[in-house]
Amino acid sequence: MLKKISAALAGGLLLASTLAGCGDDGGGSGSSGDDKITLGFAQVGAESGWRTANTKSIQESAAAEGIELKFNDGQGKQENQIKAIRSFITQRVDVIAFSPVVESGWDPVLKEAKDAGIPVILTDRAVDSKDTSLYKTFLGSDFVEEGKKAGEWLVKEYEGKSDPVNIVELQGTPGAAPAIDRKEGFEEVIKADPKFKIVASQTGKFERTGGKQTMETMLQSVKDIDVLYAHNDDMGLGAIEAIEAAGKKPGQDIKIITVDAVKDGMTALSEGKINYIVECSPLLGPQLMDLVKKVNNKEEVPTRILTEETTFTPEQAKEALPNRKY
Amino acid sequence: MTFLKNRLVWPVAMLALLLLCALIFSDGFFDIRIQDGHLFGTPINILRASAPLVLVAVGMTLVISTGGIDLSVGSVMAVSGAMACLIIGDLANQNSVGGVTLAVVAAIALSLVLGLWNGFLVAVLGIQPIIATLILMVAGRGLAQLITSGQIINVQSSPYKVIGTGFVLGLPVSVLIAVAVLVIAALLTRRTALGLLLESVGGSPVASRLAGIQARRLTIMVYVVSAACAGIAGLIYSSNVSSADGNNAGNLIELDAILAVVIGGTALTGGRFSLAGTALGAILIATLDTTAQAVGIPPETTLVFKAVVVVVLCLAQSPAFRARLFRRPAARPAARAEVPA
Repeated sequence: MLKKISAALAGGLLLASTLAGCGDDGGGSGSSGDDKITLGFAQVGAESGWRTANTKSIQESAAAEGIELKFNDGQGKQENQIKAIRSFITQRVDVIAFSPVVESGWDPVLKEAKDAGIPVILTDRAVDSKDTSLYKTFLGSDFVEEGKKAGEWLVKEYEGKSDPVNIVELQGTPGAAPAIDRKEGFEEVIKADPKFKIVASQTGKFERTGGKQTMETMLQSVKDIDVLYAHNDDMGLGAIEAIEAAGKKPGQDIKIITVDAVKDGMTALSEGKINYIVECSPLLGPQLMDLVKKVNNKEEVPTRILTEETTFTPEQAKEALPNRKY
Repeated sequence: MTFLKNRLVWPVAMLALLLLCALIFSDGFFDIRIQDGHLFGTPINILRASAPLVLVAVGMTLVISTGGIDLSVGSVMAVSGAMACLIIGDLANQNSVGGVTLAVVAAIALSLVLGLWNGFLVAVLGIQPIIATLILMVAGRGLAQLITSGQIINVQSSPYKVIGTGFVLGLPVSVLIAVAVLVIAALLTRRTALGLLLESVGGSPVASRLAGIQARRLTIMVYVVSAACAGIAGLIYSSNVSSADGNNAGNLIELDAILAVVIGGTALTGGRFSLAGTALGAILIATLDTTAQAVGIPPETTLVFKAVVVVVLCLAQSPAFRARLFRRPAARPAARAEVPA
């Protein structure tokens, strides 16, 4: 039965793309006739609450702006995303936007889009392509900046004290851009003062269980942990459980800084179990739609645009929590 | 040197070596103290971390003994945890023991159904195990995400929390569950003819059937048992952090489980199997992860460290490799003189 369904789906897709191709062949104008802008968006997948919020934001703001959205879920696979972008080119959408699942290997398909005269916008994650003419702009967070913000709070918090500060770090998945950059930005800021010392830095793979197990080990192998810096909320939340199980008070005995500001993290922040969260906002839909319109009107846009983001202290978290969408 | 031929010698030696490294390079690795009336320390953490893997690997051993393989265990873990947290999240009182029991029973029942599906595909439809269970590996992950609607479901339930983080008589509940399942599996396979029958099916299904063994029924049974083990592992995993993560729970655990089975001396071709070896293999893998972190090996190189340990272990276990290693000095009389008797 599974086979039949997938065959039917594949057949349907094939038919749809052929039809779209035929319909547009005559005109060749690039857009599908009416003045509604069509946006093809290739998403990474639905791997986390952050990503789900990201998808929702894009869908809602497209509907609000009257932009026709063709949405594709790549299920975490590059080949799916490449297929989706190819089908967007065949369908002659006006603008293509996507969050690349990995950094490399996009040149051929982006060249196809360029040859077809369809502008491309990157969201959330970058590509390592040397030819920057392949895409118009990259809209997303600056992970290095997030690491710096985390470090700056720490420097301020321990201002005027000379005792050494022992920091343990829970890194994201090794090799992932957010993990590399958040580490780099954080280290850059705190290295100015020798009292800050990262005594252990291990991966928690961006997951709660990973964060908890790694923290359990570090609590044993490191004496006197003063500060925990976790590359995302989920690892921080797992670590909180490990800290509580070890008979210590998270937020007091060990100060905790995390990145993301998802709802669960904000709740812990408002309860004082986390001390500071640097936001990494998934709600880039409105900014994206604005860009899509500009690019479609052939207006010039900067090649790098940052997502509008902030930071949260426990007091600010209490205020923001009731309206938190994700 | 007959003891060297025992299958379990090398994993035990490797485990001892790892613990020795930890003893030298990490202060307080073996400190066990009593805190809040229960045991606390890194060795206890290792055992707790290995409990889900031991459970999954026990089920995997039985499947592999029949010549099959079960790739869907990680997805079954995710489904089971998601199901339990979904039910508990909807309870009026999340702390009600009855409600949590219901959730646990429902999650395990769902796992049994998934195991039955695997067994049906393999034993009745005759699909190759690796393909048959691959279907559920992919679809199960989707099912888990469907149950959690792609989000992490949080629960605030103290009875549920006991499964993954509780202690009875100072010992972790999760470890006790794993030990209980291991002991039951060992008793059933070694104190009855069941183990012999499984090995017979693994050796030759056709010959077993001709000898009057109900190979089909046994094959379905091992997949159901494997899914049940994975389901319980999923409950421990999700209870440990009081949340269900349909996307990450049990991700890639099937590979660690297969590795544990192989380290334990069970051949992937089916036939003879060793549950004690599997448990040892699972604990070795958990120790590897924890030791790497405690000693402070950077995360980028942890996987290489793991690979080196596994390669050395597999080489030591290989009779052909050992024969080469020990034959060479014997070929040169001068070298032999240096070897003490």
